[in-house]
Amino acid sequence: MKEILELLQTDARLTPGQIAVMLGRDEEEVACKIKEMEENKIILGYFTLINWDKVGEEMVSAIIEVKLSPQREVGFDSVAERIYRFPEVSSVRLMSGAYDLSVMINGRTMKEVAHFVSHKLATIENVISTCTHFVLKTYKYHGTILEDNESDRRLVVTP
Amino acid sequence: MTATVNWQERINPVVRAIPPSGIRRFFDLATEMKGVISLGVGEPDFVTPWHIREACVYSLEKGYTMYTSNNGLLELREEIARDLAETYRVFYNPKNEILITVGVSEGLDLALRTLLSPGDEVLIPEPSYVSYAPCITLAGGRPVYLKTSVDNGFQVTAEMVEKAVTPATKVLLLCYPNNPTGATISRKNLMEIAEVVVARDLLVISDEIYEKLTYIGEHTCVPSLPGMRDRTILLNGFSKSYAMTGWRVGYAAGNPDFIAAMRKIHQYTMLCAPITAQMAALEALRNGKSQMKKMVEQYNRRRRLVLHAFQELGLPCFEPGGAFYAFPEIRQTGLSSEEFAEQLLKEARVAVVPGSAFGEQGEGHIRCSYAASIDDLNEAFKRMKLFLKRRMGRRTVLKGSFVKPGPVSEGRCQSL
Ligand SMILES: Cc1ncc(COP(=O)(O)O)c(C=O)c1O
Repeated sequence: MKEILELLQTDARLTPGQIAVMLGRDEEEVACKIKEMEENKIILGYFTLINWDKVGEEMVSAIIEVKLSPQREVGFDSVAERIYRFPEVSSVRLMSGAYDLSVMINGRTMKEVAHFVSHKLATIENVISTCTHFVLKTYKYHGTILEDNESDRRLVVTP
Repeated sequence: MTATVNWQERINPVVRAIPPSGIRRFFDLATEMKGVISLGVGEPDFVTPWHIREACVYSLEKGYTMYTSNNGLLELREEIARDLAETYRVFYNPKNEILITVGVSEGLDLALRTLLSPGDEVLIPEPSYVSYAPCITLAGGRPVYLKTSVDNGFQVTAEMVEKAVTPATKVLLLCYPNNPTGATISRKNLMEIAEVVVARDLLVISDEIYEKLTYIGEHTCVPSLPGMRDRTILLNGFSKSYAMTGWRVGYAAGNPDFIAAMRKIHQYTMLCAPITAQMAALEALRNGKSQMKKMVEQYNRRRRLVLHAFQELGLPCFEPGGAFYAFPEIRQTGLSSEEFAEQLLKEARVAVVPGSAFGEQGEGHIRCSYAASIDDLNEAFKRMKLFLKRRMGRRTVLKGSFVKPGPVSEGRCQSL
């Protein structure tokens, strides 16, 4: 099971047939396992990694540190939910250390992001403070180096 | 007028008589062409893991740019001794039983030169790595071939050794996992060979460079067998297991007197292995295990993919248990391995190495390296399929069968 996941994590396009061959398993069995993991929400989706910069699309991303006061019974969960339901928010994580939530947001312009922070995020009850860091450049994302120029430099035939 | 010098004539006849490598011609051919997918590369497609490269950069920054002792860095020898003790329970004294060499290539040359007198015979499996026979010849010895074939999983047997031994036989050269066949050798087989080696008072040079790349069963380190530590020169290195071919670092381990004699040649001809490479190798042994295991896992997946692909193509292929090579049979195409490889390259832009480059016994096969990305492998097999279809036309229907490795296997690959 772990091996199937590792393969899919590196290439979501692999078919059950290809995975079965590589792992020395039965295609039927692999397809069944994948379906089961999808149903159990172990596999949550299949995505494509895109370098939007190259498309020429204007995109602004920011990481926002959010400090909260926890609530009785639900702790941080309910505030986190109020934040992660916004579609412009791409990730929300509870952190140890100096702040509580790390929120990643994507917008089209800086103004749009600023508007979200000041009007939506900062005004939520239990949010004590926010600190916004705009992303200047992404080098590596999801384990993938964006501008990797380490091509195959081997000679074509060697002993 | 001054007479021009005929350099050809001045060349040592022994050197002149060594035929050019069968791989060279393919290299020249393939280099000229564009869009070639190469399954002809005998080295990892991975770049050396970053932590190793980073450690090397750090060593340069710290000014480690000098000679090391002729033996190589003691820390590195200690790590090698530890690795061998942990993995195979064979114990070498890092002080005087291990020599750091410039790859297994130098280790092999040193061992042969230290050992051989004119006329001494060396038993080598065939097919085998292209350097063995020329290195033996250059050292004054004579290669004697142990002809292995798909019938016995390309394994040397005690019987073969027994039959080939003459009073001039000095050493048996073993290489498992094997280049070009990908064959591994069973422990039982090795035990029987060890008996003959002892009975006939032979020595063994064991090139175990692909040792970490073993996918079926466990690798048996030759000196770990009863009585063999004392009779074996173990050669190994970092090129394949840690994706470090260009660094040029390896080692020899064995009897202290013999290692001292090897060191004598090494000291005058090489001085020492590059310090930068030795520092990198040290990092590889200290912290490289988990990344190395990941690479091995990936080779294993590709190995299965490649076997499956040959099955679909109808080319009978022995199941390789190690290294990163598949060695399918191409006899039923009616072509020699050279012709097959050349036409495949020209018509389908896929580079493989003809089996004949690894000795007569390799004829009828091609060596395909699966140290290539999955995408490249898939594309290469797509091209090969078209090529075979065109070649075979409606004339013949290819039928393939799988042969598992093992000492005796009944289902010999069909040749139509
Ligand atoms: C069987 C075998 N031995 C030795 C070598 C050379 O190794 P090194 O890079 O350590 O000199 C190779 C490389 O292809 C090989 O396949």
